[in-house]
Amino acid sequence: MKKKLIKGNEAIAEAAIKAGCKLFFGYPITPSTEIVEYLSKHLPKAGGTLLQGEDEIASINMCYGAACTGARVMTASSSPGYSLKQEGLSYLAAAELPVVVVNINRTGPGLGGLGPCQSDYFQCTKGGGHGDYRLLVLAPSKGQEMYDYTLAAFDLADKYRNPVLILADGFLGQMMEPIVLKDRPDAELPVKDWVTDGCLGRAKRKIASYSLTNEIGEQNNLYWEGKYQAIREQEQRWEEFRTDDADYLIAAYGTCARIAKTVVLQARARGIKLGLVRPITLWPFPEKAFAPYRGKVKGVLTVELNTGQMIEDVRLALECSVPVSLHRRLGGMLPHEDEVLAALIQQFNIPLDREV
Amino acid sequence: MEKIFGKTKGLTDVPFHYCPGCTHGIIHRLIGEVMEELDIIGKTIGVAPVGCAGFSLDFFSCDFVGAAHGRAQAVGTGIKRAQPDKLVFTYQGDGDIAAIGTAHAIHVAARGEKITSIMVNNAVFGMTGGQMAPTTLAGQITTTSPYGRDPGLVGAPVDLPKTIATLNGAVYVAAVAVDSPKNIMQAKKALKRAFQVQQLGLGFAFVSILSTCPTNWGLSPVDSLAWLRENMLPVYQMGELKVPEEVKRL
Repeated sequence: MKKKLIKGNEAIAEAAIKAGCKLFFGYPITPSTEIVEYLSKHLPKAGGTLLQGEDEIASINMCYGAACTGARVMTASSSPGYSLKQEGLSYLAAAELPVVVVNINRTGPGLGGLGPCQSDYFQCTKGGGHGDYRLLVLAPSKGQEMYDYTLAAFDLADKYRNPVLILADGFLGQMMEPIVLKDRPDAELPVKDWVTDGCLGRAKRKIASYSLTNEIGEQNNLYWEGKYQAIREQEQRWEEFRTDDADYLIAAYGTCARIAKTVVLQARARGIKLGLVRPITLWPFPEKAFAPYRGKVKGVLTVELNTGQMIEDVRLALECSVPVSLHRRLGGMLPHEDEVLAALIQQFNIPLDREV
Repeated sequence: MEKIFGKTKGLTDVPFHYCPGCTHGIIHRLIGEVMEELDIIGKTIGVAPVGCAGFSLDFFSCDFVGAAHGRAQAVGTGIKRAQPDKLVFTYQGDGDIAAIGTAHAIHVAARGEKITSIMVNNAVFGMTGGQMAPTTLAGQITTTSPYGRDPGLVGAPVDLPKTIATLNGAVYVAAVAVDSPKNIMQAKKALKRAFQVQQLGLGFAFVSILSTCPTNWGLSPVDSLAWLRENMLPVYQMGELKVPEEVKRL
């Protein structure tokens, strides 16, 4: 199959068209803007509609409206803009509307800068908007995955009637790589028998998210909890690299996981049996990936572009049975492989067999 | 026996929850009648606000979607762009559309979004218990303007139809009231035109309807109508501010 040299952001946009996304509502913000630009050019040619909202709040609510009619719809933004979408995401989750959302994480807090960062992890995996809801969160680590996970995101959104988030960073969004533009996979998806597209020939329908009766409120929350539990059981995704005989692990996602693969090879060249566990779904967090290593490895180093957010989930997944430590870079900086390896050796006091 | 008057098919049998004397009921009925007369119930999708009309989802016979506070017009935009052949209307209180929803109110008009928006203006936030809204009159006492609205501190009431009418994409703009049989008839005519504009695909249609809130105004239903007439009608520009020729000919 032919490869195309495009930016990660363009890979997301291209995948959205392939996935049958018919509407995109967005607002420019660096470093995600290529998505709205690319789709402005290409979505109308594919029979779709692109509309630039007056802000991110309008855009996510336009997505809400379009999703009510059963159309596949997407929006994309970066950290400050993603913050503005939180109200809408809470309503989307409550109304059970399948919408694909992209957050190309830049630095923060506040306006921050444009460099690669993973500082939105808490916001993206623990809520962000109000109420007890969850989003499926997929974390690509390279251009091809930006494309592949976007295809998957639309199917997951429809399968569970839930918003799905693609969480990447400015590095992944801006980098050009050769991408195989695969076709949309065949997926068995539920019939959308709930859409509000005009009640001609059928009973009227409504889509709403309020429950002013406490008893009904509890029932609704129990129902959502059941759905989220099913997602937890069925959708944990992760990748492992050289973990079969590992004494130590790196836990990292996205850009950091990509760097970590090189660290694993360098460590093994120096006699350290290091492996990588890369969460692909950040929610549901792949606890199953870490379960076999509870009490079995000597230490786990999480590598993050924040002051330590995913490390909390790693510790929980390992039930605090092994030492878990952090190496991080902040504010748009990326760690060098040597630096990560040095941190691993130092933090776990690893004796070296040989110098390289 | 011949039935000469009955409930419109545009409304369901769910009883209204509105307070006695509230004019939401009248406005609901007018919209129901318009949808029935234009035969568009089956292809109309309504968008409800947050506020007293938040439960209007149950009252109309067409499909309905509940939006977040102030966001109905953005939601309506999404529906219309996905289903351009359907009719979409948003039903919003003044607090919803003229305060938190202002950006969307301006931009649906600027874009000429082919939807119909209805603002029910009772000069307060009703559902939360009668707080000051952008539409609250100078000197009007509310729970958050207990000494009366002071224009020197918080400005004069926002006359949204006037603002919207300045935007080219807003092709039909009307300000009506439902305080008297004559005005109710005019309100119905405006609502009908606002849907016809959308049927013709001409652009954005906006109808502002002055309405009462006996509960939060602390007045009887009858006194509320008098208060609306004496205090609101002189402040707000009334009538059809913009009418396209195509609709005049209908």
